[in-house]
Amino acid sequence: MSLFLIVALPFLGALLPGLMNSAGRSACAGVTFTVSLAAFVGLLTNLPSVLAGEVVVARVDWMPALGLNFTLMLDSLGFFFALLILGIGLLIIAYARNYLSRADNMGEFFTYLLLFQGAMVGIVLSDNILLLLVFWELTSLSSFLLIGFWKHLPEGRQGARMALTVTGMGGLSMIAGMLILGQIVGSYDLSVILQNRALIQADALYVPALVLILLGCFAKSAQFPFHFWLPHAMAAPTPVSAYLHSATMVKAGIFLMARMWPVLSGTPEWFVIVTTAGLITMVLGAVIALFKHDLKALLAFSTVSHLGLITMLLGTGTAFGAMAAVFHILNHATFKAALFMSAGIIDHGAHTRDIRRLGGLRKLMPVTFVIASLAALSMAGIPLLNGFLSKEMMLEETYATVLFGTPWLVPALATFGSIFSAAYCFRLIGHVFFGPVRDDYPATPHDPNPGLWLPPAILVVLVVVIGLAPFVAEPFVKLVTTSVLGDAATIPDAHFKIWHGLVPALYMSIIAVVGGLIMLVVFTPALRIWDRMPRPEAKEIFDKIVESTVKLTQAVMLPLHNGAFSRYTAIGTMTIFVAGFYAWATGTVGAPTRVAQAAGPVEIAGWLMLVAATAGMVLLHRNRLLSLVLIGIVGLMVSIGFVFFSAPDLAMTQFTVEVVTIILMLLALNFLPNTTPIESTVLRRTRDSAIAVMGGLATFALAYYYLLRDAKGVPISEFHLANAYKGGGGNNVVNVILVDFRGFDTYGEIIVLGIAALLIYALTEALLSGPVRARLLNRKPDQPRAGDTHPMMMVVLTRVIMPVVLIVGFYIFLRGHNEPGGGFIAGLIVSIAVVMQYMASGFVWTSARLRYPYHGVIGAGVLIAGFTGMGSWFFGKPFLTSDFTYVRIPPFEKFELATAALFDLGVFLAVLGAVMLSLESFSRLARRAHMEDSEHPMDIDPSRDDTQLDTPDTAKEGV
Amino acid sequence: MELLVASAIGILTAGGLYLVLRLRTFPVILGVSLLTYAVNVFLFASGRLTVGAPPILQDGVTTYADPVPQALVLTAIVISFGMTAVVVMISLGAFLGSDDDHVDDQSDETTGTPS
Repeated sequence: MSLFLIVALPFLGALLPGLMNSAGRSACAGVTFTVSLAAFVGLLTNLPSVLAGEVVVARVDWMPALGLNFTLMLDSLGFFFALLILGIGLLIIAYARNYLSRADNMGEFFTYLLLFQGAMVGIVLSDNILLLLVFWELTSLSSFLLIGFWKHLPEGRQGARMALTVTGMGGLSMIAGMLILGQIVGSYDLSVILQNRALIQADALYVPALVLILLGCFAKSAQFPFHFWLPHAMAAPTPVSAYLHSATMVKAGIFLMARMWPVLSGTPEWFVIVTTAGLITMVLGAVIALFKHDLKALLAFSTVSHLGLITMLLGTGTAFGAMAAVFHILNHATFKAALFMSAGIIDHGAHTRDIRRLGGLRKLMPVTFVIASLAALSMAGIPLLNGFLSKEMMLEETYATVLFGTPWLVPALATFGSIFSAAYCFRLIGHVFFGPVRDDYPATPHDPNPGLWLPPAILVVLVVVIGLAPFVAEPFVKLVTTSVLGDAATIPDAHFKIWHGLVPALYMSIIAVVGGLIMLVVFTPALRIWDRMPRPEAKEIFDKIVESTVKLTQAVMLPLHNGAFSRYTAIGTMTIFVAGFYAWATGTVGAPTRVAQAAGPVEIAGWLMLVAATAGMVLLHRNRLLSLVLIGIVGLMVSIGFVFFSAPDLAMTQFTVEVVTIILMLLALNFLPNTTPIESTVLRRTRDSAIAVMGGLATFALAYYYLLRDAKGVPISEFHLANAYKGGGGNNVVNVILVDFRGFDTYGEIIVLGIAALLIYALTEALLSGPVRARLLNRKPDQPRAGDTHPMMMVVLTRVIMPVVLIVGFYIFLRGHNEPGGGFIAGLIVSIAVVMQYMASGFVWTSARLRYPYHGVIGAGVLIAGFTGMGSWFFGKPFLTSDFTYVRIPPFEKFELATAALFDLGVFLAVLGAVMLSLESFSRLARRAHMEDSEHPMDIDPSRDDTQLDTPDTAKEGV
Repeated sequence: MELLVASAIGILTAGGLYLVLRLRTFPVILGVSLLTYAVNVFLFASGRLTVGAPPILQDGVTTYADPVPQALVLTAIVISFGMTAVVVMISLGAFLGSDDDHVDDQSDETTGTPS
């Protein structure tokens, strides 16, 4: 299967669970499982190539100029991680099906889970580091949604925020580091970067790039000092913890360190930073984990500790260390995911995860006991289980690692950490499963159905198989290690064995296990000492940092941003003015190249009207209705100006838009106060006048300047004029530009228009379903209503001219390609015709005769335009390539058929729907306000006997 | 004629700016509408002024008005209707919800603390 498909499947599949939600929980989990399984199988189809040592590549140039290409690569390292992500993902989905309760929205959960899965697969298969960063951020976002899935829990929300903040900041630093890296190499393709070890390490920017990238990795993989977010993320549902926080997301940082290992590792900086951070995290995590009482918190800190262990192994920079790291990633994913799932089972059965309230579960939950104990013993490093093997390799590696010139430092600390590591595993088994059966569990613990215990059981089988027969995993781990090492080192020939002889690592292992047992024995006094020790609480520190950042931001922002819109406008206008003035003053002003055209008395009269109307608006704007009349005059004069200056299409558009705008404003004014009170001081009005005059003078000067000068280059209009007929098949160049040359722009614009109309509809709905509704219903009109709001004259007139207007609209639409007109104008004309019916005959009467909802009209318009554009794909042409031909059907004259006309139809419908939906929404507000609606078109109708009797039945509320 | 158009743009801008700086929503919306006219005419005028030569191709005619700014302005007019409608709706919703049609945040004066 193509790599693109493997990455795309989870994203596409994420649409399904939400759709399947109503089909039931099993269907919902079923589609999710199927999608994951398809991706998993797709991945496996690439197994032969990977085993042969090949690198599968899939590439599409996305933005080549930026170096951002959609390049995917599958080598054995990527395969290994993708296998973990998809394989454990399948188990988690099966587990989550049984874990989530009926109250949880399963569709939502699985949507997030698939989004996360896709993003993770994307990270491990990316060959382009910019693409990788995109997926990296996507995992942060989707994990935020997953951690905060239980929105009602404050811990969930806080944990999600904390995780997003920490990993998001890490992501930002990683972007910087990756960009530096790309600049050094001159390519953003990983395959190229990995070939340039010497170049990168010799560069002066190597250290900053390294530090920035490592910050991102450490934040993601919860390395010290960023380790604190992971335990707080445990507020997530257990499947999320098992998936994200043991097997996948926290390994993303590890993955990247392994990915970058060939070019970044091997330097003293890498060694010191990575090994130290890993070592500290490992020891710290293990110690804290021992004293945690919440099962999941214990597991979380143990994950932190194990991630530290892997980081430390990668930090040593040796081939053996890298191999041990890969092996431990595999082992840790198996036993830790199984442990998390077991914790979820215990929580499910006993209704508590507090170790102090558990104990004796070995008899009550035998299946869980076996699964959890095997996994925990593996984690403790007990022989014949897989954890022992990689832990032994780790200890062997530390024995050879010298940090800060002190040979004993690393092995001693590693052994110390291992003691605690073994101790918390023993505590988990001992305090949860052993001991007497109690009678005060919050609920009676019992083994769950197989749906819950099978997934961890499958993982535990792996734990045992690898532990007993390490040679099974050896070839695969070595294969993965080869691609980690790249050209930087050769694969070590050490074999995975249970018995290595009496090597130092064995003694260290023995010390760890014995030490762990002793710690368990002295746990109670040790806990007392621990509780008395002053410890910094990470969450408090984090909260303080966030709080002080917020305070600082507020201190900077609030004085500038105080919510006074008029102030921002004034500041913004002044800034634009100053910037424009600076450009003007520093630029050169050439001599005029055009001669001013003479103006006759008619033009001057038109100008006078425009100026008078504008001045009137400024002076009389407190009378709102009057200013609305005046702005109508302004619009009319502008339309006439367009006619005069050879723009008939613009004039028609402006004129029709003017009509609907005025109607809209009138509808709004119905609810708003009719006058504007005097509030601003004289000083303020003087200031505003000064700003306005300055802005006016500036635009005047700019317009006057360029009106008298020709364009510097050759305007692209020449091309459009020359090709409108040849290429577009139309004589009206403006229309050809709209539907053909710049059809994609127009397509975007009708979509925007549709969205605006839907937004208005949504706002209306929100208003009508909120407290505003009561206010509207109780509202008294502030002006006397007309006695006859739907007079017969008007009803008759509008109904008579309706077909005429429709014919005009049709005519305007058809001739648009060659004469002034087209979809925009026709849409506006037809909507005016419909609005007239609303005005004359009333809302109820008109709505009752509406066959298609306006939303549908908008959607149909956008779809028709879109499908017309897509039609050109079938002929191998780019989107929206137009074509036309001439047809002659006897006895008619030859006429033209153009795909552009179909596109224009889409424009027509979208405009019609958008205008009507906007106006209809406004009038719905009005309708609720005073419910004197009648389903009759006329209030007074001689053919009806009694108007009064009809009214109570029909004046019903609603649409 | 150029002077007339340029001054009309300037006057529309000045009027629009003054109204946009007012304190209530309705004059601000009217101001934005005036600015829309100014901007549309400004863009349109960037094709320079041509009288009596609409960009409708005809045999034997070689002089046409610049069609590109016209096409851009045509869609701008329609979009500006949509945007005006949204702004009107938002201001109407704000007024109906709070019985207050100020454009400036009033919370500072009433509660004394920034929200």
